[in-house]
Formats: sequence, C-alpha cells, structure tokens
Amino acid sequence: MTAPPAPDARIHDIGYRRYEGERLGAMYARCSLFVHSLRGAYGLGRSARSKMLPIGLFVIMCAPAVVMVAVVMTTGRDELPIEYTAYGVFMQPIFGLYLALAAPQMVSLDLRYKTIPLYFSRPIERGDYVIAKFASLTASLFLFVGIPLLISYVGSLLAKLDFADQTTAFARGLVATAVFAVLHAAIGLLIASMTPRRGFGVAAIISVLTIPYFAVISLMVVADEQGSPDAVGWIGLFSPGSLLEGFQAKFLGGELEFPGDQMLTNAAGAAYVVVIAAIIALCYFLLTRRYRKAG
Amino acid sequence: MSVIQTESLTKRYPRVTALDRLTVDIGPGVTGLVGANGAGKSTLIKILLGLAPASDGTATVLGRNAAHEGGAIREQVGYMPEHDCLPPDVSATEFVVHMARMSGLPRTSARERTADTLRHVGLYEERYRPMGGYSTGMKQRVKLAQALVHDPKLVLLDEPTNGLDPAGRDEMLGLIRRIHAEFGISVLVTSHLLGELERISDHVVVIDGGKLLRAQSIAGFTEATASLAVEVTDSDTHPDGTRALLDALAARGLTATAGTGHIVHIDAPEPAPAAGPGPEAAQEAVQDVVHDAVRDVVADLGLGLIRMEQRRHRIAEVFQDGREEVRS
Ligand SMILES: Nc1ncnc2c1ncn2[C@@H]1O[C@H](COP(=O)(O)OP(=O)(O)OP(=O)(O)O)[C@@H](O)[C@H]1O
Ligand SMILES: [Mg+2]
Repeated sequence: MTAPPAPDARIHDIGYRRYEGERLGAMYARCSLFVHSLRGAYGLGRSARSKMLPIGLFVIMCAPAVVMVAVVMTTGRDELPIEYTAYGVFMQPIFGLYLALAAPQMVSLDLRYKTIPLYFSRPIERGDYVIAKFASLTASLFLFVGIPLLISYVGSLLAKLDFADQTTAFARGLVATAVFAVLHAAIGLLIASMTPRRGFGVAAIISVLTIPYFAVISLMVVADEQGSPDAVGWIGLFSPGSLLEGFQAKFLGGELEFPGDQMLTNAAGAAYVVVIAAIIALCYFLLTRRYRKAG
Repeated sequence: MSVIQTESLTKRYPRVTALDRLTVDIGPGVTGLVGANGAGKSTLIKILLGLAPASDGTATVLGRNAAHEGGAIREQVGYMPEHDCLPPDVSATEFVVHMARMSGLPRTSARERTADTLRHVGLYEERYRPMGGYSTGMKQRVKLAQALVHDPKLVLLDEPTNGLDPAGRDEMLGLIRRIHAEFGISVLVTSHLLGELERISDHVVVIDGGKLLRAQSIAGFTEATASLAVEVTDSDTHPDGTRALLDALAARGLTATAGTGHIVHIDAPEPAPAAGPGPEAAQEAVQDVVHDAVRDVVADLGLGLIRMEQRRHRIAEVFQDGREEVRS
C-alpha cells in the first residue's frame, strides 16, 4: 500500500510560468464573447441538461423542412409547400419558444450569477458586451431559421426543382430571416436584460411576442369586416410577427396572409421598414443604457 | 516604483461618501487593505479598475490613470470580486479558459494557462465538473484562478477569505502569499480582519468611513501596537501597586500606561535598526528585555504578579485609536 501523493507536493512541483505571448485586443475579446455566447445558445459547453431544450427545439424547427423535401421528392411537385420567406413566420411558435429560452440564457444568467463584473474587469468596455451579445443572439436566431431553409434549398435542388427560381427564393428567404433575426434579437435581449430571473424573462418574451400578435390579428379581422381593408395593413405595424409578415410579402415577394388578402400600400410598406428599423434602434439604445449601470 | 497611487481620491454616492480624500502610495508586494463593512474597500477597487468614476482626486495604477486608461489597466490587472460570480452549469476549466480569452489570450495559450493556474490554486479532477456543485473553498479558488490566468502584474482580491473555515482561510492566505513570493505578482487584498492580513502582508492600509486611518509597513505596525499587559496586586508598602509599578517602569525608561483595574500596558520600544538578522528577531529580543525588566521591577517592589501577557492589537483597537465609534 502506498499513500497517494499529497496535493501540496504537486502544487510545489510546477514552478510558475510567465506568459510572454501576445495579448490580442478588444476585437478578439468581443469575438470570443460572441462565440462563447453563440455556443451557449445551443447549450454547447454547458451541462447535458442545458443542451436538451435548445437542441430539441432546433430538431422540431428542421422537421417541416425535411418533410417538405421528402414530399417534393416523392410526389414530384414543382414547388415547396412553404415558401422560404414564410418559414420563420410559419414556425413562429417554435421560434418564439427558442427565443424565449435563448435570450435569457444569453444575458439573464450573467446578471443572476453576477458574472458581469468579471467581464467588465477585462479590457472590454460595456458597449462591447452589448454588441457581442446582440450579434450572438442574432446569429443564433439566424441559424435557427436559416438551417431549415438550407435543408429545403439543398433538398429542392436534389429534387431537380428549377435552379434559378429556387436560388432567388432562397436568397430572399435568407434576407427575410436576417431581418427576422435582428428584430427578434433586439426585442428578446432587451426584455431578458431587465431581469436576472430567467423564468420572468421567458414569460415576458412569450407575452410580448404573442399578445400583440393576437390583438393585431383580431383587430385586422374587425377592420376587414367593417369594410376598411386599407386599415388592415396599418394595424399590422403593431406586433413583431405581423411586421415581419408584411415586410416579407411587400419586399421579398412572399404571400400575405392578413385578413382580406390585400397587399400593403406603398405608404404602409415604407412604414413597415421604418418601424422595424426604429424598434431595433430603440432596443439597442435601451440595452446600452441598461448596461451603463449594470454590474 | 508605486503600483497604486491615489491623490485625495473621493467617491460620493447620493447618500454616503464612500471614499473621503484618500491619499495612499502602495509599492510592490502584498498590501492588506483593512476596514470594517462599508469602509470603502470595494469602492476603491472599482475605481482602480476604471469601472467607476471618482467624484474627485486621481488614482494611478501601474503608472496609468484609472479614469482614462481603464482598458490598458485591466489588461495588466486581475480582479477577484467579493461576491459569487460563477455560473453553476459550466465547468471550472471551460469558465477560466473563457475568461483568459476575454483577457486577450489566444485559444491554445488560454487552455495551457488555465490548466497551469487551476493546478496552482489546487484544483484537480474537480475542474471538469459543473461549478454549481463546488464547495465555497473550491469556488474561491476558481475565482482566484480567473484573476491570475492572464498573468497580470497586479491582482486586486476583494475579501478572498470570506466564508472560508479556519483551514480554508489559512490555505487561501498561503496561496496569496505565494502569488507575490513565487509568481512575482503584486497583491492588494482586502479584509475586515487586520489579524489575518498582517500575517501575509508587507504593508497594511487601514481605512474607515472612506478615510485613511493608517498606512504602514508590517514591521512598523507591530512595533507600534505590540504591548505587554501586566496585572499586579497591591501590597502593604505600596497600597497603590499599579501607580508604584508605573513610576518604577518610567524610571527605567519604559513607556507604560494604566489600563482598567490593576492592569498596566507597557509599549515595546522600537528595536534598534540592524540589531538582529530580521525585524522579527529584533522584536523578540526587545520583548525579552521588557519581560526581564518587568519581572525585576515587580520583585523589587514586592508586588504580587497576577499575569503578564504579550498582546498584538487587533483591528478593533486600531479603530479605537483613531475614532470613537467602532463599527466592526
Ligand atoms: N452603488 C452604490 N450606490 C450607493 N452607495 C454605495 C454604492 N456602492 C457602495 N455604496 C456605499 O459606499 C460605502 C462603501 O461601500 P464599499 O462597498 O466600498 O464598502 P466595503 O469596505 O467594501 O464594505 P464590505 O466589507 O461590506 O464589503 C457603503 O456605505 C455603501 O453603502
Ligand atoms: Mg466590499
């Protein structure tokens, strides 16, 4: 029987080694935070339990794309059942759930476990933290929708659908997805940054995504029945979901599923762009203000 | 060369003045920053990191102005906060690597330094497990590791012994001593106990209510505060034994003051410079001289000696010296 080596003996065995290597600047630190957060949004580098939900939701998100491809291949249809530009809106409930999980994962945990002061004790500035987290959530949302689109696109090419049509539609779908991701990231991150309690963040994000959306749809139905179809388009300005639906229909050649099925007027279309940009800018401004004091 | 310098540094919050015209000059080595709760220790650290603006005065860290060059300072400084700061579902390795990269270390260097640093702070197999299951002692080690991983020139440790049991406290203090002695990194460490910091510090700065109470090297500190407490009885020839002892000691050139009851405090005189191999040895030699003198005087006077004990002043007494009100 031999005694295990005392831990102290091992401590003294290794002399201290200086670090003489390079110290990369703020840009590198920002990128590191971006990558770390992006991985975290899918539970990578975290416990198995933290991986389950995001990966599960992602699989569900991809399922319709896989099914679509299978249908097109077997039935020989000449187009995909769901348009690229409409995929995100079509999968809104799953997308909303993922956002409600990912945004608090990204910022509430840092607040709750008080990791923020550690970040700010490094060379990065407070604004860098906001930029990195915003970019990271945007990227994770973009992948969440973009990968199913990629599956559809590759599948449609394998099924010998028209290459030019599919490529144009796919490109438009990616643009719609990018706008979709930035807008939702801005809203989700701002809400999540308000509370260190993850549960509150999840509930608040789901509420902000769904309540205005259903209110808007109800009002649209009323407006349509009362014989003012022009008002329908304007009402759509008041929820993130309807904003994006109108935007992709007006500018990216998608279909508009608003009650009355009337395309937005040019004035309303311009208003959609302005409101989307304004919401993103406002959320970003409020986020930077929030982090001026946090930690 | 100064590592940290402040010049009438003031921090006012709406209701309190956390730092009040604080002027200190801290050199290399281990410096203990001692103060009661709310003394302004954490506030000072935040200003030094360039994270909070001072209301008045200036702070310089490693020759850089904390108000304008925060980023450059933070690249060379490590910080261990007083509160918990570790996400529970991440392993120590994953976390410290991430923090190393946040300090600008490339991926492979970050991994190497993380492995080294975690071993230096005494974390082995546990480092691959999620930190939520760690004991307080292990968490404190990870917090220390993330402050050291980028090989800073200075670390600011805010109450590193907080929440540790006596054994854990001793290990942490030993580790802090090694940060300077073996790693060559200067340390500013806070605590509300002077007793624990004077064991490992080269210098001690005591603040209270945001004001500087005293700043001294440890040798100077113990000289000024070491004393001998002697309790004597009265005798027939000397109905006031305490008075007689005070007079006799004064005649021998020793400074003594009356304490409560029959107690007399005798200050240890300053040891002659270069009297022995080191300040501690010199201190002991002086103590022996004082002991002998007291024994002789008490015997000459024919008083009864009840007890005689060596004392080192603790933080509460240091506060009493400076202020009436004691909050610790
Ligand atoms: N952000 C703040 N806003 C208002 N007052 C503050 C703030 N931070 C600290 N204070 C006040 O400033 C004073 C000094 O606080 P500080 O945290 O620096 O003390 P400390 O010495 O670190 O105490 P402790 O031993 O409790 O950690 C306290 O009275 C505290 O209430
Ligand atoms: Mg404190």
